[in-house]
This record gives sequence, C-alpha cells and structure tokens, in this order.
Amino acid sequence: MKNFDYVRPATIADAVAAAAEPGAVYLAAGTNLLDLMKGGVSRPARLVDVTRLPGLDRIERLHDGGVRIGALVRNADLAHDAGFARSYPAIAEALLSGASAQLRNAATVGGNLLQRTRCGYFYDTASACNRREPGTGCDARGGENRLHAVLGWSESCIATHPSDFCVPLVALDAVVEIEGRAGRREVALEALHRLPGDTPQQETVLEPGDLIVALRLPGDAAAFAAHARYLKVRERTSFAFAVVSAAAGLRIEQGRIREARLALGGVAAKPWRARAAEKILADISPGQDVFRRAAAAALAEARPSGDNQFKIELAQRILVRALTLAATGTPERVPALPASPFSSVAGALIDA
Amino acid sequence: MNLSISLTVNGVRRNVELDDPRVTLLDLLRERLDLTGTKKGCDRGQCGACTVLVDGRRINSCLALAASLDGADILTIEGVARGSELHPVQAAFIAHDGLQCGFCTPGQIMSAIGLIEEGQAGDDPERVREGMSGNLCRCGAYSGITEAVLDAQRSLADAKQGRAA
Repeated sequence: MKNFDYVRPATIADAVAAAAEPGAVYLAAGTNLLDLMKGGVSRPARLVDVTRLPGLDRIERLHDGGVRIGALVRNADLAHDAGFARSYPAIAEALLSGASAQLRNAATVGGNLLQRTRCGYFYDTASACNRREPGTGCDARGGENRLHAVLGWSESCIATHPSDFCVPLVALDAVVEIEGRAGRREVALEALHRLPGDTPQQETVLEPGDLIVALRLPGDAAAFAAHARYLKVRERTSFAFAVVSAAAGLRIEQGRIREARLALGGVAAKPWRARAAEKILADISPGQDVFRRAAAAALAEARPSGDNQFKIELAQRILVRALTLAATGTPERVPALPASPFSSVAGALIDA
Repeated sequence: MNLSISLTVNGVRRNVELDDPRVTLLDLLRERLDLTGTKKGCDRGQCGACTVLVDGRRINSCLALAASLDGADILTIEGVARGSELHPVQAAFIAHDGLQCGFCTPGQIMSAIGLIEEGQAGDDPERVREGMSGNLCRCGAYSGITEAVLDAQRSLADAKQGRAA
C-alpha cells in the first residue's frame, strides 16, 4: 500500500477543504477503499477521515413523510431500523442481501453509493483498464466477461456498479445531498453515477472535495411498502455480488396496479431505472403476461458486451419474479435468505 | 508522521504510537500488541478470520484503519473467557465439534458472539447460517458451527433469565 497523509477534520467545511486537494480521498469505514489500496488499485496521497463529522449518523423522518439518512449511518443500522424497514422494505432487503454481517456493521450509506466496480480487470493492476488508467484499453472486452454490463456500456468500459442498496433507492427517487466547495446541492441518485462513454474514469458527477452528507427519500416512496421486493441472483447463496438483481415496488388499489417502480442491478455502470417498464405497468391488473411485457421493455435496449447474452434473459425472468413477489405482498419480515430466489423452506413461494 | 491513538483492548486501556498511518486494526493487534489470536486469512474482508468486536459490533479488523478507531473499545478472542472459564460460545464450539484445524475459529467465535448480541437470527438455523456467511471454514465444519451458535445462544439466554429471576 502506498503511504498517505491521514487527517481527521472536525467539521464538514474542513473536510471539504482537505479533500479538494489533488490526490485526496474521503475515508469512512474503508471497507472498499482499504481493499483497493491494498491491491494498489487506489493510491491516494491523503485520506480525509470523515467518521467523526458531527450530525451525519442520524435517520430523520421528514414533514413530507419522507426520510433523511445521514451518510455515516451504517448499513446494518439502517436495515434493522424497524420504522425504516416497515416503510421501505425492499431497501432493507437489498441491504441485508449485500456483503456479510461484519461488513454491513461497518459500511456506511455514503460509502455504499461510492463503491467501485468489482470488475476483475479493474482490480488487477497488470490488466488494461480505462476506468483505472484512462487510455490503456479494456481487457474485460476479450476476457472473462460473463458478469459484465448489458446496458449502457461502451467500447471503453463494460463494468457494472455493484451496489444492491442503490437499486431500490433509484426506483424510489432517492436524492443525494452533497456538500462541496460551492456549498450544498442536491442530485437525484439516478444522476449521480455516469455511464462510461469515452471517460469511464469519471464514475460520478462529484467534483473534487464534494462530500455526500445525506440521502433523502421523498414522501411518496413509502406508498409502495405493501408490495415491495428486492431479488438478487448470486453465484452462491450468500455473501456475493449480484449477477443480476431487481427491485420492484407496486402501488395497488382495488386489485389494480396504480403505479410501479422498477430498477435493475448488475446490468450497467449505474443502478438502472426501468421507466419504460413502469409505464406499461401503470393502471393495469397484475399478471404474468403484463409482467413479461414490462420485463421485455426494460431490457429492450440491452445487448451483450461479451459472453453475457444470458443476462438479458435472466434479468427479464428476475424482473417477472420480483414483480410476482411484490404483487403477492411484502412479507412480514425480511426472509431468512434476503433477496434470494432460493429458499430451504419447503413449499415456500420463492423456491426455485 | 506519528499518530498517537488510545484504545481499550479486552478491558485494558492501551496508548499506541503509530509510526505509519497504514496500520490496520488487525496488524495493530497482532504485530504491535502481540494479540495473535485474531487471525489474518485473506486480509481483504472476504474470509472473516480477523473478526473482532469494535464497540460491541463484529467487524473485519483487516479492513479497519487503526488510526480511525482512536478511542474505540475492542474485544478479541483473548478477552472473552473469564480466567479459566470458557465463554459459552467457546464451550459450545468444543461440544459441537465446530472446528477442525481451528484457524478460522477465533473469527467464527467473535462473529457468533456478535450475531447473538444482534439478536436477529433467533433459533432459525437458516438465519444463523446467513448471519455467519461472512466467516469461511475451509475444513467445512459448518454444521457443527451452526449447532454451536444455536446452543450457545440458548445457554446465554438461560443464564440471562437465571440472573433476572
């Protein structure tokens, strides 16, 4: 690991000033950053430790019925906050399907949003990677790429964003509060991450010094609580990133879907909101045919970036399954195997 | 650059001068405080061998920067027994053969103590397995580990009830 300066500012203003310098990065729990630094993938000159900044570890209900989540709230604390999990069950399920209990105890909300891709070529400093080192090429294109992107990718980069948490968040119109050199501003989560284009190294719209201080869900996000699920296909039962995942939320009145929210994970360099599919599901009776039509619309633009044609079909099936589960109703409690399409409980609906 | 930090480790206050900011909690425990019970497996947050409790919560000590934990309360495997009396989770791992080579065991036990404290798994073996999925055991002692965790949880609950009565 390259050596670095370590600073621990006491105020947000000091943190922003310290992190605006070239080579500086923020450190929260470090569950992704330290791993990247150990591998030489990230080589920061300065770590700005934000863990002691005041007021960033709270979950606050808002007057409009929404919620504001401080950037330093730990993943486990958010998932196990009873009020939060009741209002946003798909988010709690997504959080609990990610990483391990140890990592969820440490990892923060802000850090989750800014975690880096898990593309093996990004992690391997001996490989060409335009995201890690612009202009060097992309060894994933001709390499092991069955888990790579099928939407929004470019010739420069076919990496995916690994977050589970971000998938239901983007479906529910989450907003990110950012403190920067020019003061406070807000960005829709959907607009935070960039698609790679010719500049995959620019992963987000954040500027030097920008600090995510909170995440907000609007008042109408809780309206999907009765019919909300997150479903995630992994290559092992637990503690693995998504091959493909989907968040589905339905607002059902008198047996009809009034409004649907859908997003996909593991398919692109950002959490992928499926608006065309949502339109098909507005004001219609739930059923397999309409779910299949919506899923097809969600993946209409998809194309394989390598040996991953199967993900296009898989994503549609996972969307249909997530919609079916959501229509059935949110379970009383997050299942023993959160977001899993498999269950060891005999006769359970989600048995594969 | 010297960093001075203070930690409570297994109930004892320790002041540590860090001559290098790169030191993880795991390396601090093993290399500077001679507490080698906490194991270094993958050193990348994937195996759980380095699990310790920080302020009562289980985390991977390999992915925690020591400097950032200034002031924290750390519990490692060396601090869980009371003298010669094993912690109920330690005793349950022995009773249920929850180990073979033993390398992952300190991490398994610290993770199990954390899991029981979190109170989310109840007596559902599926929830215990899921809650312990951050701890790999390459000997494959998983079924004994699950039984040990469930058993220890029962004996800790009984002891608590006994104290309350």
